[in-house]
Amino acid sequence: MPGAFDLPHSEQGFGGPRAAALAGLRAAFGAPGLVMGASFVGFGALVRQSDLALWHGLASTITGWALPGQIALVELYAAGASLLSIALAVALSNARLLPMTVTLMPVLRSPRWARWTYFVAAHYVAVTGWAAAMRVCPAIPAEQRLPYFTGFTVTLWTATIAATALGFYLAGALPQQVSLGLVFLNPIYFMLVFAESAQQRTRALALALGAVAGPSVHLVSPDWGLLISGLGAGTLAYLLDRLWARRHA
Amino acid sequence: MRDALDPAIAVPLALAVGALVTYAWRGLGVLLSGRIDPDGPLFAWTACVAYALLAALIARMIVLPRGDLADTAALDRLLAAGLALACFFWLTRRNMLLSVAAGSGALVLLTWLRTVGP
Repeated sequence: MPGAFDLPHSEQGFGGPRAAALAGLRAAFGAPGLVMGASFVGFGALVRQSDLALWHGLASTITGWALPGQIALVELYAAGASLLSIALAVALSNARLLPMTVTLMPVLRSPRWARWTYFVAAHYVAVTGWAAAMRVCPAIPAEQRLPYFTGFTVTLWTATIAATALGFYLAGALPQQVSLGLVFLNPIYFMLVFAESAQQRTRALALALGAVAGPSVHLVSPDWGLLISGLGAGTLAYLLDRLWARRHA
Repeated sequence: MRDALDPAIAVPLALAVGALVTYAWRGLGVLLSGRIDPDGPLFAWTACVAYALLAALIARMIVLPRGDLADTAALDRLLAAGLALACFFWLTRRNMLLSVAAGSGALVLLTWLRTVGP
């Protein structure tokens, strides 16, 4: 069964750190690279339509690499928003990166790698690489985990930088129907990745509650909606999970 | 407020601020993760919040999208998402590329049908 990310069949994982990095690189080609590439083609086009330069888009992808925050930045800049409101909006759109990084780091940790390397790797925490590492890394030896994550995300990052440039030059050239299909790939891909990861009770609860809360709370507060629904639904899922565990202990 | 700034300064400044606040979450995440017991309740709660945040974001992207997708019908997006799920779990034995293509293709087709239909 293929699934979102391939797991190694052997007890030794991919065999060693170098092989794990290559396995991550290979995994990033295929669905993740294509889907994220398509999304960043859309971002490149947005950059051009907002009258910004190519290097602005490239710099945003290289240094930001978290699409919702990048889109917020470009849209607000084009709308003439102040620097402070841009900073606030980007920070709010990207707040998910904090609990994501906290959750991922113990999975990646190994005494083999220096502490500072984790601060570099943190730059590459984004939805796709996070989901891949959370799925694959617990199944492989500890010293292969950081290489797998890095191989995967740096490959994806490189592809999205190229895609940003491609989108910038393609802006306006793609038929409306095609670009519609391309932007819809991203939410559909994420939905499938997380639907598959919902096999565990705690995760399933958090995902289901978050999915219901997200759009509803967004209607009430477009700015704070994501953060409120994440904290609220996450806390509720945690409490329900503990209650369930106590009842069935 | 921003009118006073030359775009040649304002754009790089906005990009730098964007990069800074984005990395702040990631860097803080590494710092905090060293202080939280991975087997403790605080860690379990943080993981719940991470998954809930991601699900909230993805559901919002499908139900209340921005940009071009906002012009498509919500029903079409939900039908396309349902087809992608059915494709992934039942029809193709978890073939990711085929399933995302089916979902996206369905939305394009449904949107097109609305322009030619009665």
